Amino acid sequence: MRHTDREYEAELGRVRDNLLRMSGRLEQMIADAVRAVLDGDLALARRTIEEDHKVNRMELDTDDLCLLLLAKRQPLGSDLRFITTAMKMVTDLERIGDLCVNISERALALGGERPAHFAASLSHMADVDQAQLREATEALVARDPVRAQQVFDRDDAVDRTYSEVVREVQRSIQGDMAYLERGVHVLAVAKFLERIGDHITNLAELVIFLVHGKDVRHIGKRDD
Amino acid sequence: MNPAPAPAASPPAPVRSRLSFPTDPAPVRATDAAPVVFDLQALEVYYGSFRAVRDVTMQIRKNEITAFIGPSGCGKTTVLRCLNRMHDVIPGARVRGTAMYHGIDLYGPDVSATEVRRHVGMVFQKPNPFPKSIYDNIAFGPRVNGVKDKKRLDEIVEKSLRGAALWDEVKDRLQHSALGISGGQQQRLCIARTIAVEPEVVLMDEPCSALDPIATTRIEDLMRELKSRFTIVIVTHNMQQAARVSDRTAFFTVELDSANDQRTGILVEYDRTSKMFANPSDERTENYMTGRFG
Repeated sequence: MRHTDREYEAELGRVRDNLLRMSGRLEQMIADAVRAVLDGDLALARRTIEEDHKVNRMELDTDDLCLLLLAKRQPLGSDLRFITTAMKMVTDLERIGDLCVNISERALALGGERPAHFAASLSHMADVDQAQLREATEALVARDPVRAQQVFDRDDAVDRTYSEVVREVQRSIQGDMAYLERGVHVLAVAKFLERIGDHITNLAELVIFLVHGKDVRHIGKRDD
Repeated sequence: MNPAPAPAASPPAPVRSRLSFPTDPAPVRATDAAPVVFDLQALEVYYGSFRAVRDVTMQIRKNEITAFIGPSGCGKTTVLRCLNRMHDVIPGARVRGTAMYHGIDLYGPDVSATEVRRHVGMVFQKPNPFPKSIYDNIAFGPRVNGVKDKKRLDEIVEKSLRGAALWDEVKDRLQHSALGISGGQQQRLCIARTIAVEPEVVLMDEPCSALDPIATTRIEDLMRELKSRFTIVIVTHNMQQAARVSDRTAFFTVELDSANDQRTGILVEYDRTSKMFANPSDERTENYMTGRFG
Protein backbone atom coordinates (compact mmCIF):
# COMPACT_ATOMS: atom_id res chain seq x y z
CA MET A 1 0.00 0.00 0.00
CA ARG A 2 1.30 3.44 -0.89
CA HIS A 3 1.73 6.37 1.44
CA THR A 4 -1.08 8.85 1.80
CA ASP A 5 1.62 11.53 1.65
CA ARG A 6 3.08 11.32 -1.85
CA GLU A 7 6.11 13.44 -1.07
CA TYR A 8 7.03 11.04 1.76
CA GLU A 9 6.55 8.12 -0.62
CA ALA A 10 8.89 9.78 -3.12
CA GLU A 11 11.52 10.45 -0.43
CA LEU A 12 11.51 6.81 0.68
CA GLY A 13 11.78 5.86 -2.99
CA ARG A 14 14.87 8.04 -3.31
CA VAL A 15 16.57 6.27 -0.39
CA ARG A 16 15.81 2.93 -1.99
CA ASP A 17 17.03 4.09 -5.42
CA ASN A 18 20.28 5.35 -3.88
CA LEU A 19 20.90 1.92 -2.34
CA LEU A 20 20.20 0.24 -5.67
CA ARG A 21 22.47 2.61 -7.58
CA MET A 22 25.28 2.13 -5.06
CA SER A 23 24.88 -1.62 -5.24
CA GLY A 24 24.91 -1.61 -9.07
CA ARG A 25 28.03 0.52 -9.16
CA LEU A 26 29.77 -1.72 -6.63
CA GLU A 27 28.95 -4.86 -8.58
CA GLN A 28 30.84 -3.31 -11.50
CA MET A 29 33.68 -2.18 -9.22
CA ILE A 30 34.20 -5.71 -7.85
CA ALA A 31 34.40 -7.03 -11.42
CA ASP A 32 36.76 -4.23 -12.53
CA ALA A 33 39.06 -4.46 -9.52
CA VAL A 34 39.58 -8.22 -9.91
CA ARG A 35 39.87 -7.87 -13.70
CA ALA A 36 42.59 -5.25 -13.14
CA VAL A 37 44.50 -7.74 -10.94
CA LEU A 38 44.08 -10.73 -13.24
CA ASP A 39 44.81 -8.81 -16.48
CA GLY A 40 47.53 -6.63 -14.93
CA ASP A 41 45.51 -3.67 -16.19
CA LEU A 42 46.90 -0.68 -14.27
CA ALA A 43 44.67 1.88 -16.03
CA LEU A 44 41.57 -0.10 -15.02
CA ALA A 45 42.89 -0.25 -11.43
CA ARG A 46 43.24 3.56 -11.35
CA ARG A 47 39.79 4.08 -12.83
CA THR A 48 38.29 1.78 -10.19
CA ILE A 49 40.01 3.77 -7.42
CA GLU A 50 38.55 6.97 -8.92
CA GLU A 51 35.10 5.39 -9.06
CA ASP A 52 35.08 5.01 -5.28
CA HIS A 53 34.66 8.78 -4.82
CA LYS A 54 31.23 8.48 -6.39
CA VAL A 55 30.30 5.70 -3.97
CA ASN A 56 31.45 7.84 -1.04
CA ARG A 57 29.37 10.75 -2.31
CA MET A 58 26.31 8.48 -2.56
CA GLU A 59 26.87 7.29 1.00
CA LEU A 60 26.87 10.88 2.28
CA ASP A 61 23.80 11.80 0.20
CA THR A 62 21.86 8.80 1.47
CA ASP A 63 22.81 9.50 5.08
CA ASP A 64 21.70 13.13 4.69
CA LEU A 65 18.42 12.05 3.19
CA CYS A 66 17.79 9.51 5.97
CA LEU A 67 18.57 12.09 8.67
CA LEU A 68 16.21 14.53 7.03
CA LEU A 69 13.50 11.88 6.88
CA LEU A 70 13.95 11.00 10.56
CA ALA A 71 13.69 14.68 11.52
CA LYS A 72 10.87 15.56 9.19
CA ARG A 73 8.67 12.46 9.22
CA GLN A 74 9.42 10.75 12.54
CA PRO A 75 8.87 7.41 10.81
CA LEU A 76 7.28 4.43 12.55
CA GLY A 77 6.87 0.73 11.90
CA SER A 78 8.40 -0.60 8.67
CA ASP A 79 9.36 2.92 7.53
CA LEU A 80 11.39 3.36 10.71
CA ARG A 81 13.08 0.02 10.13
CA PHE A 82 13.69 0.83 6.48
CA ILE A 83 15.37 4.17 7.16
CA THR A 84 17.54 2.95 10.03
CA THR A 85 18.41 -0.14 7.95
CA ALA A 86 19.33 2.05 4.96
CA MET A 87 21.70 4.05 7.16
CA LYS A 88 23.50 0.86 8.13
CA MET A 89 23.42 -0.55 4.60
CA VAL A 90 25.19 2.44 3.10
CA THR A 91 28.02 1.90 5.57
CA ASP A 92 28.44 -1.71 4.43
CA LEU A 93 28.15 -0.67 0.77
CA GLU A 94 30.74 2.06 1.24
CA ARG A 95 33.11 -0.44 2.88
CA ILE A 96 32.70 -2.74 -0.13
CA GLY A 97 33.82 0.24 -2.26
CA ASP A 98 36.87 0.71 -0.04
CA LEU A 99 37.76 -2.97 -0.41
CA CYS A 100 37.53 -2.64 -4.22
CA VAL A 101 40.03 0.23 -3.87
CA ASN A 102 42.26 -2.03 -1.78
CA ILE A 103 42.10 -4.75 -4.46
CA SER A 104 42.92 -2.16 -7.16
CA GLU A 105 45.91 -0.97 -5.12
CA ARG A 106 47.21 -4.55 -5.08
CA ALA A 107 46.85 -4.61 -8.88
CA LEU A 108 49.07 -1.51 -8.97
CA ALA A 109 51.50 -3.11 -6.51
CA LEU A 110 51.77 -6.18 -8.75
CA GLY A 111 52.86 -3.70 -11.46
CA GLY A 112 51.14 -5.41 -14.35
CA GLU A 113 52.20 -8.91 -13.42
CA ARG A 114 49.33 -11.37 -13.87
CA PRO A 115 48.81 -14.00 -11.15
CA ALA A 116 47.65 -16.55 -13.74
CA HIS A 117 47.80 -19.45 -11.32
CA PHE A 118 45.07 -17.86 -9.17
CA ALA A 119 42.90 -16.54 -11.99
CA ALA A 120 40.24 -19.24 -11.61
CA SER A 121 39.84 -19.00 -7.82
CA LEU A 122 39.97 -15.18 -7.59
CA SER A 123 37.55 -14.71 -10.44
CA HIS A 124 35.28 -17.34 -8.87
CA MET A 125 35.29 -15.36 -5.60
CA ALA A 126 34.53 -12.15 -7.50
CA ASP A 127 31.69 -13.82 -9.41
CA VAL A 128 30.14 -15.15 -6.21
CA ASP A 129 30.47 -11.72 -4.53
CA GLN A 130 28.77 -10.02 -7.48
CA ALA A 131 25.96 -12.57 -7.61
CA GLN A 132 25.50 -12.35 -3.85
CA LEU A 133 25.39 -8.55 -3.92
CA ARG A 134 22.79 -8.65 -6.68
CA GLU A 135 20.76 -11.20 -4.73
CA ALA A 136 20.93 -9.18 -1.47
CA THR A 137 19.83 -6.07 -3.36
CA GLU A 138 16.95 -7.88 -5.00
CA ALA A 139 15.93 -9.30 -1.62
CA LEU A 140 15.88 -5.70 -0.36
CA VAL A 141 13.69 -4.48 -3.22
CA ALA A 142 11.33 -7.44 -2.92
CA ARG A 143 11.57 -7.34 0.90
CA ASP A 144 12.07 -11.09 0.63
CA PRO A 145 13.63 -12.63 3.76
CA VAL A 146 13.91 -16.07 2.10
CA ARG A 147 16.23 -14.72 -0.59
CA ALA A 148 18.14 -12.79 2.06
CA GLN A 149 18.57 -15.99 4.06
CA GLN A 150 19.95 -17.73 0.95
CA VAL A 151 22.61 -15.01 0.61
CA PHE A 152 23.46 -15.64 4.21
CA ASP A 153 23.74 -19.40 3.65
CA ARG A 154 25.89 -19.10 0.50
CA ASP A 155 28.60 -17.01 2.12
CA ASP A 156 30.44 -20.24 2.95
CA ALA A 157 31.32 -20.66 -0.76
CA VAL A 158 33.51 -17.53 -0.72
CA ASP A 159 35.04 -18.53 2.62
CA ARG A 160 35.94 -21.98 1.28
CA THR A 161 37.60 -20.57 -1.85
CA TYR A 162 39.51 -18.12 0.31
CA SER A 163 40.90 -21.00 2.42
CA GLU A 164 41.94 -22.81 -0.76
CA VAL A 165 43.77 -19.70 -2.02
CA VAL A 166 45.58 -19.38 1.33
CA ARG A 167 46.78 -22.98 1.16
CA GLU A 168 47.79 -22.63 -2.49
CA VAL A 169 49.75 -19.41 -1.82
CA GLN A 170 51.51 -21.12 1.11
CA ARG A 171 52.50 -24.01 -1.16
CA SER A 172 53.75 -21.61 -3.86
CA ILE A 173 55.89 -19.69 -1.36
CA GLN A 174 57.28 -22.89 0.14
CA GLY A 175 58.19 -24.02 -3.38
CA ASP A 176 59.80 -20.75 -4.37
CA MET A 177 60.63 -17.99 -1.85
CA ALA A 178 60.85 -15.56 -4.76
CA TYR A 179 57.05 -15.84 -4.90
CA LEU A 180 56.73 -14.30 -1.42
CA GLU A 181 55.98 -10.73 -2.47
CA ARG A 182 53.47 -11.66 -5.19
CA GLY A 183 51.96 -14.27 -2.88
CA VAL A 184 51.28 -11.63 -0.23
CA HIS A 185 49.42 -9.48 -2.77
CA VAL A 186 47.35 -12.42 -4.01
CA LEU A 187 46.56 -13.34 -0.44
CA ALA A 188 45.44 -9.79 0.27
CA VAL A 189 43.17 -9.73 -2.80
CA ALA A 190 41.56 -12.98 -1.70
CA LYS A 191 41.14 -11.60 1.83
CA PHE A 192 39.50 -8.43 0.49
CA LEU A 193 37.07 -10.52 -1.60
CA GLU A 194 36.28 -12.60 1.46
CA ARG A 195 35.61 -9.39 3.45
CA ILE A 196 33.33 -8.12 0.69
CA GLY A 197 31.36 -11.35 1.14
CA ASP A 198 30.99 -10.57 4.86
CA HIS A 199 29.64 -7.09 4.15
CA ILE A 200 27.13 -8.58 1.72
CA THR A 201 26.07 -10.97 4.47
CA ASN A 202 25.48 -7.94 6.70
CA LEU A 203 23.20 -6.51 4.01
CA ALA A 204 21.22 -9.75 3.95
CA GLU A 205 20.89 -9.71 7.75
CA LEU A 206 19.57 -6.17 7.55
CA VAL A 207 16.96 -7.21 4.99
CA ILE A 208 15.75 -9.89 7.41
CA PHE A 209 15.51 -7.24 10.15
CA LEU A 210 13.69 -4.89 7.81
CA VAL A 211 11.02 -7.48 7.04
CA HIS A 212 10.63 -9.32 10.34
CA GLY A 213 11.85 -6.72 12.83
CA LYS A 214 14.14 -9.43 14.21
CA ASP A 215 17.84 -8.81 14.53
CA VAL A 216 19.66 -11.91 13.30
CA ARG A 217 23.14 -10.45 13.77
CA HIS A 218 25.50 -12.08 16.24
CA ILE A 219 23.10 -14.92 16.95
CA GLY A 220 24.79 -17.34 19.32
CA LYS A 221 27.45 -14.77 20.16
CA ARG A 222 25.52 -12.72 22.70
CA ASP A 223 26.33 -12.82 26.36
CA ASP A 224 22.72 -13.38 27.36
CA MET B 1 -13.82 4.77 50.81
CA ASN B 2 -14.19 1.40 52.41
CA PRO B 3 -15.82 2.68 55.62
CA ALA B 4 -16.13 0.60 58.73
CA PRO B 5 -19.54 -1.11 59.02
CA ALA B 6 -22.09 1.41 60.25
CA PRO B 7 -23.86 0.80 63.59
CA ALA B 8 -27.21 -0.94 63.16
CA ALA B 9 -29.09 2.18 64.27
CA SER B 10 -27.69 4.45 61.51
CA PRO B 11 -29.73 5.03 58.37
CA PRO B 12 -28.38 3.11 55.36
CA ALA B 13 -26.04 4.98 53.06
CA PRO B 14 -27.92 6.28 50.00
CA VAL B 15 -25.58 4.49 47.59
CA ARG B 16 -23.84 1.35 48.64
CA SER B 17 -20.29 1.15 47.42
CA ARG B 18 -18.85 -2.14 46.19
CA LEU B 19 -15.61 -0.50 45.13
CA SER B 20 -13.26 -1.40 47.89
CA PHE B 21 -9.59 -2.15 47.58
CA PRO B 22 -6.38 -0.97 49.25
CA THR B 23 -6.37 2.80 48.85
CA ASP B 24 -2.69 3.47 49.16
CA PRO B 25 -0.79 0.55 47.67
CA ALA B 26 2.91 0.87 47.05
CA PRO B 27 3.76 2.01 43.52
CA VAL B 28 4.44 -0.90 41.22
CA ARG B 29 6.91 -0.90 38.37
CA ALA B 30 5.48 -1.27 34.90
CA THR B 31 5.94 -4.96 34.17
CA ASP B 32 3.78 -7.78 32.94
CA ALA B 33 3.44 -8.73 36.56
CA ALA B 34 1.81 -5.37 37.40
CA PRO B 35 -1.70 -5.88 38.77
CA VAL B 36 -4.58 -5.57 36.34
CA VAL B 37 -6.71 -2.49 37.01
CA PHE B 38 -9.24 -2.81 34.19
CA ASP B 39 -10.14 -6.10 32.57
CA LEU B 40 -12.34 -5.57 29.52
CA GLN B 41 -13.92 -8.63 27.92
CA ALA B 42 -15.78 -8.46 24.60
CA LEU B 43 -16.83 -4.91 25.42
CA GLU B 44 -19.38 -3.28 23.12
CA VAL B 45 -20.88 0.19 23.34
CA TYR B 46 -24.15 1.18 21.72
CA TYR B 47 -25.68 4.60 21.17
CA GLY B 48 -29.31 3.58 20.71
CA SER B 49 -29.25 0.89 18.03
CA PHE B 50 -25.88 2.06 16.69
CA ARG B 51 -22.99 -0.14 17.79
CA ALA B 52 -20.08 2.29 18.12
CA VAL B 53 -17.42 -0.22 19.12
CA ARG B 54 -17.23 -4.00 19.53
CA ASP B 55 -14.92 -6.84 20.57
CA VAL B 56 -12.72 -4.89 22.93
CA THR B 57 -10.80 -7.34 25.09
CA MET B 58 -7.83 -5.95 26.95
CA GLN B 59 -6.23 -5.54 30.35
CA ILE B 60 -4.96 -2.21 31.63
CA ARG B 61 -2.24 -2.50 34.23
CA LYS B 62 -1.39 -0.53 37.31
CA ASN B 63 1.12 2.34 37.24
CA GLU B 64 1.41 2.15 33.51
CA ILE B 65 0.49 4.65 30.82
CA THR B 66 -1.77 3.02 28.28
CA ALA B 67 -2.37 4.89 25.02
CA PHE B 68 -5.38 4.46 22.72
CA ILE B 69 -4.68 5.45 19.12
CA GLY B 70 -6.61 5.17 15.88
CA PRO B 71 -8.47 7.15 13.25
CA SER B 72 -11.53 9.26 13.99
CA GLY B 73 -14.60 7.15 14.70
CA CYS B 74 -12.63 4.08 15.76
CA GLY B 75 -14.15 4.07 19.25
CA LYS B 76 -11.08 4.93 21.28
CA THR B 77 -12.74 7.80 23.17
CA THR B 78 -15.90 5.70 23.54
CA VAL B 79 -13.90 2.94 25.26
CA LEU B 80 -12.05 5.48 27.42
CA ARG B 81 -15.36 6.94 28.59
CA CYS B 82 -16.56 3.47 29.55
CA LEU B 83 -13.83 3.32 32.15
CA ASN B 84 -15.46 5.94 34.34
CA ARG B 85 -19.04 5.57 33.16
CA MET B 86 -19.18 8.85 31.33
CA HIS B 87 -21.72 7.28 28.97
CA ASP B 88 -24.27 7.27 31.78
CA VAL B 89 -25.05 10.90 30.96
CA ILE B 90 -25.80 10.11 27.30
CA PRO B 91 -29.41 8.96 26.74
CA GLY B 92 -29.57 5.64 24.90
CA ALA B 93 -25.94 4.74 25.51
CA ARG B 94 -25.41 1.24 26.84
CA VAL B 95 -22.58 -1.18 27.33
CA ARG B 96 -22.42 -4.94 26.69
CA GLY B 97 -19.67 -7.35 27.59
CA THR B 98 -17.79 -6.76 30.80
CA ALA B 99 -15.68 -3.96 32.16
CA MET B 100 -14.14 -5.13 35.41
CA TYR B 101 -12.28 -2.79 37.74
CA HIS B 102 -10.23 -4.76 40.25
CA GLY B 103 -12.63 -7.66 39.75
CA ILE B 104 -15.74 -5.51 40.25
CA ASP B 105 -18.16 -5.03 37.36
CA LEU B 106 -18.17 -1.28 36.70
CA TYR B 107 -21.66 -1.61 35.27
CA GLY B 108 -22.96 -3.85 38.05
CA PRO B 109 -26.41 -2.95 39.40
CA ASP B 110 -25.18 -1.68 42.74
CA VAL B 111 -22.14 0.27 41.59
CA SER B 112 -22.72 4.02 41.37
CA ALA B 113 -21.21 6.13 38.61
CA THR B 114 -20.27 8.82 41.14
CA GLU B 115 -18.30 6.31 43.13
CA VAL B 116 -16.57 5.06 39.98
CA ARG B 117 -15.56 8.58 39.05
CA ARG B 118 -13.97 9.14 42.45
CA HIS B 119 -11.58 6.34 41.64
CA VAL B 120 -11.27 7.09 37.97
CA GLY B 121 -10.76 10.77 37.18
CA MET B 122 -10.78 12.38 33.77
CA VAL B 123 -8.96 15.19 31.98
CA PHE B 124 -10.55 16.46 28.80
CA GLN B 125 -9.34 17.69 25.45
CA LYS B 126 -9.94 21.37 26.10
CA PRO B 127 -8.80 22.73 29.45
CA ASN B 128 -12.03 23.36 31.34
CA PRO B 129 -11.27 25.12 34.62
CA PHE B 130 -14.29 26.30 36.59
CA PRO B 131 -14.77 30.11 36.49
CA LYS B 132 -13.41 30.28 40.02
CA SER B 133 -10.07 30.95 41.63
CA ILE B 134 -7.15 28.58 41.13
CA TYR B 135 -7.51 27.53 44.78
CA ASP B 136 -11.23 26.84 44.53
CA ASN B 137 -10.77 24.78 41.38
CA ILE B 138 -8.51 22.38 43.25
CA ALA B 139 -10.47 22.47 46.51
CA PHE B 140 -13.76 21.79 44.73
CA GLY B 141 -13.53 17.99 44.69
CA PRO B 142 -12.22 17.58 48.23
CA ARG B 143 -14.97 19.94 49.52
CA VAL B 144 -17.63 17.88 47.73
CA ASN B 145 -16.10 14.84 49.42
CA GLY B 146 -16.55 16.51 52.79
CA VAL B 147 -13.17 18.06 53.53
CA LYS B 148 -13.96 21.27 55.42
CA ASP B 149 -10.79 21.97 57.37
CA LYS B 150 -8.97 24.98 55.86
CA LYS B 151 -5.51 23.71 56.77
CA ARG B 152 -6.26 20.30 55.25
CA LEU B 153 -7.61 21.98 52.10
CA ASP B 154 -4.47 24.16 51.87
CA GLU B 155 -2.36 21.01 52.03
CA ILE B 156 -4.38 19.28 49.32
CA VAL B 157 -4.22 22.35 47.05
CA GLU B 158 -0.45 22.62 47.42
CA LYS B 159 0.17 18.88 47.03
CA SER B 160 -2.06 18.69 43.95
CA LEU B 161 -0.51 21.76 42.29
CA ARG B 162 2.97 20.42 43.04
CA GLY B 163 1.90 17.05 41.67
CA ALA B 164 0.80 18.76 38.47
CA ALA B 165 4.07 20.74 38.27
CA LEU B 166 2.16 24.02 38.53
CA TRP B 167 2.78 25.15 42.13
CA ASP B 168 5.80 27.34 41.48
CA GLU B 169 4.02 29.16 38.69
CA VAL B 170 0.80 29.96 40.57
CA LYS B 171 1.59 29.86 44.32
CA ASP B 172 1.48 33.66 44.59
CA ARG B 173 -1.88 34.03 42.88
CA LEU B 174 -3.98 31.18 44.18
CA GLN B 175 -6.95 33.49 44.60
CA HIS B 176 -6.75 34.76 41.01
CA SER B 177 -9.19 33.47 38.42
CA ALA B 178 -8.18 30.16 36.85
CA LEU B 179 -9.27 31.58 33.51
CA GLY B 180 -6.41 34.08 33.59
CA ILE B 181 -3.57 31.55 33.22
CA SER B 182 -2.26 30.13 29.94
CA GLY B 183 -3.83 27.15 28.15
CA GLY B 184 -1.01 24.85 29.15
CA GLN B 185 -1.26 25.99 32.77
CA GLN B 186 -5.04 25.55 32.66
CA GLN B 187 -4.60 21.96 31.49
CA ARG B 188 -2.14 21.25 34.31
CA LEU B 189 -4.66 22.87 36.67
CA CYS B 190 -7.27 20.42 35.41
CA ILE B 191 -4.84 17.58 36.07
CA ALA B 192 -4.24 19.00 39.58
CA ARG B 193 -8.00 19.20 40.11
CA THR B 194 -8.36 15.57 39.01
CA ILE B 195 -5.61 14.25 41.29
CA ALA B 196 -6.80 16.36 44.25
CA VAL B 197 -9.40 13.71 45.06
CA GLU B 198 -6.70 11.00 44.95
CA PRO B 199 -8.16 8.79 42.25
CA GLU B 200 -6.37 5.60 41.29
CA VAL B 201 -6.75 6.13 37.57
CA VAL B 202 -6.51 9.28 35.46
CA LEU B 203 -8.14 9.13 32.03
CA MET B 204 -6.93 11.72 29.53
CA ASP B 205 -8.84 12.43 26.35
CA GLU B 206 -6.41 14.13 23.95
CA PRO B 207 -5.06 16.32 26.76
CA CYS B 208 -2.52 18.14 24.58
CA SER B 209 -4.40 18.68 21.36
CA ALA B 210 -5.15 22.31 22.29
CA LEU B 211 -1.62 23.03 23.51
CA ASP B 212 1.60 24.25 21.90
CA PRO B 213 4.65 21.94 21.72
CA ILE B 214 6.30 23.32 24.89
CA ALA B 215 3.12 22.99 26.95
CA THR B 216 2.69 19.52 25.44
CA THR B 217 6.19 18.53 26.56
CA ARG B 218 5.38 19.72 30.10
CA ILE B 219 2.23 17.59 30.22
CA GLU B 220 4.09 14.55 28.87
CA ASP B 221 6.84 15.03 31.43
CA LEU B 222 4.17 15.33 34.11
CA MET B 223 2.47 12.14 32.94
CA ARG B 224 5.69 10.18 33.37
CA GLU B 225 6.02 11.60 36.88
CA LEU B 226 2.41 10.85 37.79
CA LYS B 227 2.75 7.27 36.59
CA SER B 228 4.36 6.21 39.87
CA ARG B 229 1.22 7.26 41.76
CA PHE B 230 -1.54 6.78 39.24
CA THR B 231 -2.58 4.52 36.38
CA ILE B 232 -3.00 6.63 33.26
CA VAL B 233 -5.01 5.94 30.12
CA ILE B 234 -4.65 8.45 27.32
CA VAL B 235 -6.44 8.88 24.01
CA THR B 236 -4.26 10.71 21.52
CA HIS B 237 -4.22 11.50 17.82
CA ASN B 238 -0.52 12.21 18.11
CA MET B 239 1.22 8.90 17.51
CA GLN B 240 4.59 10.32 18.48
CA GLN B 241 3.07 11.27 21.82
CA ALA B 242 1.82 7.72 22.32
CA ALA B 243 5.29 6.46 21.36
CA ARG B 244 6.96 8.88 23.78
CA VAL B 245 4.90 8.47 26.91
CA SER B 246 3.07 5.18 26.94
CA ASP B 247 4.07 1.72 28.15
CA ARG B 248 1.40 -0.02 26.13
CA THR B 249 -0.55 1.05 23.09
CA ALA B 250 -3.92 -0.09 21.79
CA PHE B 251 -4.70 0.53 18.13
CA PHE B 252 -8.37 0.81 17.17
CA THR B 253 -9.78 1.13 13.69
CA VAL B 254 -13.15 1.39 11.96
CA GLU B 255 -14.78 -1.45 10.08
CA LEU B 256 -17.75 -1.19 7.79
CA ASP B 257 -20.40 -3.75 8.73
CA SER B 258 -21.85 -4.78 5.36
CA ALA B 259 -24.97 -6.22 7.01
CA ASN B 260 -26.28 -2.86 8.17
CA ASP B 261 -23.91 -0.43 6.44
CA GLN B 262 -22.72 0.89 9.81
CA ARG B 263 -19.18 1.73 10.78
CA THR B 264 -18.05 0.12 14.00
CA GLY B 265 -14.84 0.61 15.94
CA ILE B 266 -12.73 -2.44 16.77
CA LEU B 267 -9.58 -3.06 18.76
CA VAL B 268 -6.98 -4.31 16.27
CA GLU B 269 -3.83 -4.73 18.32
CA TYR B 270 -2.69 -4.11 21.87
CA ASP B 271 0.92 -4.58 22.89
CA ARG B 272 3.97 -2.99 24.47
CA THR B 273 4.56 0.41 22.91
CA SER B 274 8.13 -0.43 21.92
CA LYS B 275 6.82 -3.38 19.90
CA MET B 276 3.81 -1.55 18.47
CA PHE B 277 5.74 1.34 16.98
CA ALA B 278 8.82 -0.50 15.74
CA ASN B 279 7.30 -3.76 14.61
CA PRO B 280 3.52 -4.07 14.89
CA SER B 281 2.04 -7.51 14.27
CA ASP B 282 -1.07 -6.46 12.38
CA GLU B 283 -0.87 -4.99 8.90
CA ARG B 284 -3.69 -2.54 9.70
CA THR B 285 -1.63 -1.09 12.56
CA GLU B 286 1.41 -0.84 10.32
CA ASN B 287 -0.52 0.91 7.56
CA TYR B 288 -2.06 3.40 9.96
CA MET B 289 1.12 4.38 11.76
CA THR B 290 3.17 4.67 8.59
CA GLY B 291 0.52 6.86 6.98
CA ARG B 292 -0.79 4.33 4.49
CA PHE B 293 -4.31 4.58 5.82
CA GLY B 294 -7.51 4.81 3.80
